[in-house]
Amino acid sequence: MSEMRTMTYAEAVREAMAIAMEADERVFLMGEDVGIYGGAFGVENDLYERFGTERVRDTTISELGIVGMGVGAALTGMRPIVEIQFSDFTAQAMDQIVNQAAKIHFMVGGQASVPLVIRAPGGSGTGAAAQHSQSLEAWFAHVPGLKVVMPSNATDAGALLLAALEDPNPVIVLEHKLLYKQSFAVPATFPKARLGEGRIEREGSDLTIVATSVEVQRSLEAAEQLAAQGISAEVIDPRTIRPLDTELILSSVEKTGRVLLVQEAVKFGGFMSEVSATITESRAFGALQAPVRRLCGLDTPIPYNPKLERASVPQVDDIVREAAALVREW
Amino acid sequence: MTVASETTRATAVLTDMWRIRLFEEAVEDLYGRGMMHGTMHLSIGQEAVPVGASLCLEDGDVITCTHRGHGHTIARGADLGRMMAELLGRENGYCKGRGGSMHIADVATGNLGANGIVAGGLPIAAGAALSQKMRGTDRVTLCVHGDGAVGEGAWHEAMVLASMWDLPVVFLCENNQYGMSLPSLAAYRVEKLSDKAAGYGMPGETVDGNDVDAVAAAVGRAVERARAGQGPSFVDAVTYRWRGHSKSDKNLYRSKDEIAEWRDKDPIARYSGQVLEAGVLTAADLDAIQAAVRQEIRDAVVFGTRGAEPTVESMLAGVYAPVDEQGAEDRA
Repeated sequence: MSEMRTMTYAEAVREAMAIAMEADERVFLMGEDVGIYGGAFGVENDLYERFGTERVRDTTISELGIVGMGVGAALTGMRPIVEIQFSDFTAQAMDQIVNQAAKIHFMVGGQASVPLVIRAPGGSGTGAAAQHSQSLEAWFAHVPGLKVVMPSNATDAGALLLAALEDPNPVIVLEHKLLYKQSFAVPATFPKARLGEGRIEREGSDLTIVATSVEVQRSLEAAEQLAAQGISAEVIDPRTIRPLDTELILSSVEKTGRVLLVQEAVKFGGFMSEVSATITESRAFGALQAPVRRLCGLDTPIPYNPKLERASVPQVDDIVREAAALVREW
Repeated sequence: MTVASETTRATAVLTDMWRIRLFEEAVEDLYGRGMMHGTMHLSIGQEAVPVGASLCLEDGDVITCTHRGHGHTIARGADLGRMMAELLGRENGYCKGRGGSMHIADVATGNLGANGIVAGGLPIAAGAALSQKMRGTDRVTLCVHGDGAVGEGAWHEAMVLASMWDLPVVFLCENNQYGMSLPSLAAYRVEKLSDKAAGYGMPGETVDGNDVDAVAAAVGRAVERARAGQGPSFVDAVTYRWRGHSKSDKNLYRSKDEIAEWRDKDPIARYSGQVLEAGVLTAADLDAIQAAVRQEIRDAVVFGTRGAEPTVESMLAGVYAPVDEQGAEDRA
C-alpha cells in the first residue's frame, strides 16, 4: 500500500490532467475560463502557468464549437480534454457529442476513432437552480459509442480521468460540483483504473446499495448509521455507468437478496431504471427477497430555494429510511 | 504552364468531373432499379467545386464535407469501387456498409468524411486545423459546407474559433443556392455570402462555382494564406444542383426555366469547350476520357454488387474502438 495523502477532488482532477499533459504532448485542454481564471470551480487553477496557453486554451463561450473542435483534433492525432463549465451546457453541444463523437468510429467503418475526453460538472446543492444543477448521465449512457464515467471520490476523479485519456473512444466524465472541495485520502500515485470496473466501497450482507457520484458518499454515511441499527449494507459504486460492471452488481444482489438503487437524477427514464431492469432480467432475480427499489431525485427541475433543493435529491436520511424499510418490511 | 502540363491538368480535371457525374448517374440508375436503398444527395451540376478545390490540396491536407459529398470524396482520390460498395451497403465498402452515402469517409486520403448534419463538419474542421497547427505542420483543412449551413450555430462558432486562433482552415461554401427549398440569399440578407466573412475578421471571396479555374484560384489563395500561418478564409463558390435535394424533392420551389438555365452552364461542357478552343485537348481526347471513366464506373458497380453483405456480429464489434490494454500498460 503506497503512502496516502490528503487532496480534494478538484486537486485530483487537476493533477491527473497535469500528469497526462506531462506524459503525452498530444494531450491538451480547451474550455471556457480554464486559463487565467483557473476554471469556474478552480479545478484548473495554475495549470495554464505550468503548461502555457497553447495547451490550456481559453475558448469563446461556444460549447458546440469546442466539443466539435475536440472531435476534429481527436480524429487527427491529438488527445483533447474539453471542459464544459456546467454539464447542463452539454445541451448546447449535443450534436457534436451524440451525432458526431459517438458515431464517427462506427459510421466510417472503423477507419478512425475519436479519443476525446469531455469533463463536465453536474449535480445540485450549490443554489445554482434549474439550469446549472442537473444530473444528465442517462442522456449520454443511452447513446452507443459513448462511455460515461462518474467519479465519486478524489482517487477515482484522478484515476478514471487517466483511464479515459487512454481510451480510444469519446468519454464523458461527469464530475460533481459538491465533491470538488471535499478532501479525501488519496494514494501517492493514482492506481491504474479500467473503464467498466465498479467497486464494492463497503461490504455488507443485508442489502446492496448501488449509488453514483455524490450519492456514493451519502450511501457510505447512511451505511454507518444503518450499522448502528444492526443493518449491514453493501455499497457499490459502478464508477463508470457505461460500460457497466453488471457482474459486480449481480453477484452482490445474489449475496444480499435486497437492493436499493440511489441516484441524484430524476427517477423517470434514469440510469438506475437500467440497473433495476438488468437485475430483474438476470439470474439474480431468483435471489431477490424484496422488490428492487429506486431512490432518486424528485420529478422536478432543481429549484432555487435551499430547502426545496435539498428535498429534491436523496439525502443521507432518505437512504437510511429506505434501506431500513427494505430490510425490515421484506 | 507548358503545353504538356496543361494537357495533364486538363485531363485530370475532366476525368474527375466525369467520374463524379457518371458515378452519380450510375447511383441514380441503381436506385431507380431498386438495387440501392436509402436516400442520396446528388451533386450533378456542381462538379467544378470539388475538382477545382482539390487542385489546391496536397498530401496530408484534410477535408470535411457535406451530406452531398460524393464529389469531394472522388476528387480527393477515393476508390470508386469501394464507394459504390458502400452505397450498396456492402462489407467491402469504405464504411463496411454502416455509413452509406451520407457518411462516406476515406481517412487515408485525409477525408474525414461526409456529414449527415448540416454544419456538423465545421467545428470538426476547425479542430483538425487546430491539431495541424499544434503539431507544427504546414498542412491545411478544407471545410466544405453548403449555403444552408450558414444558418446554423455551429457555422458561427467554428468561424469565431478558427479566426480567434488563426487556424489553417479554408471554409469553402459550396453554394447551390437553396437550403433544401429555401433560397439562401433571401434568407441571409446579404448581397453575397462572402460579405459575412468580414464579421469574423477573415477574407471572403465569392466566385463562379461552375468554373474550375475560378474555384481553384480562389481556394488556392485561401490555402496559401492558411499554409503561411495567416489564418482562415471563406470562399463562396456559387453553383447549382440539377437534381432535387434528395429523393423526396418535387422541385416545387424552383422553376423549370431556372433549372434549364443552369443546365446551360454545365461545368463539364464549359471546361471541355475551353480546353478544346485553347487546343489543350482534342475532341478525340475528350471522348477517350469519357469512355475510360465509363469503364471505371462499370467496374465499380461490379465490385460493389459482388461485395458480401455485412454481418450483425461485425456491426456490433464496430461500435467502440477496441481498448489497447497492452499499449495502455506500456505507456503507463
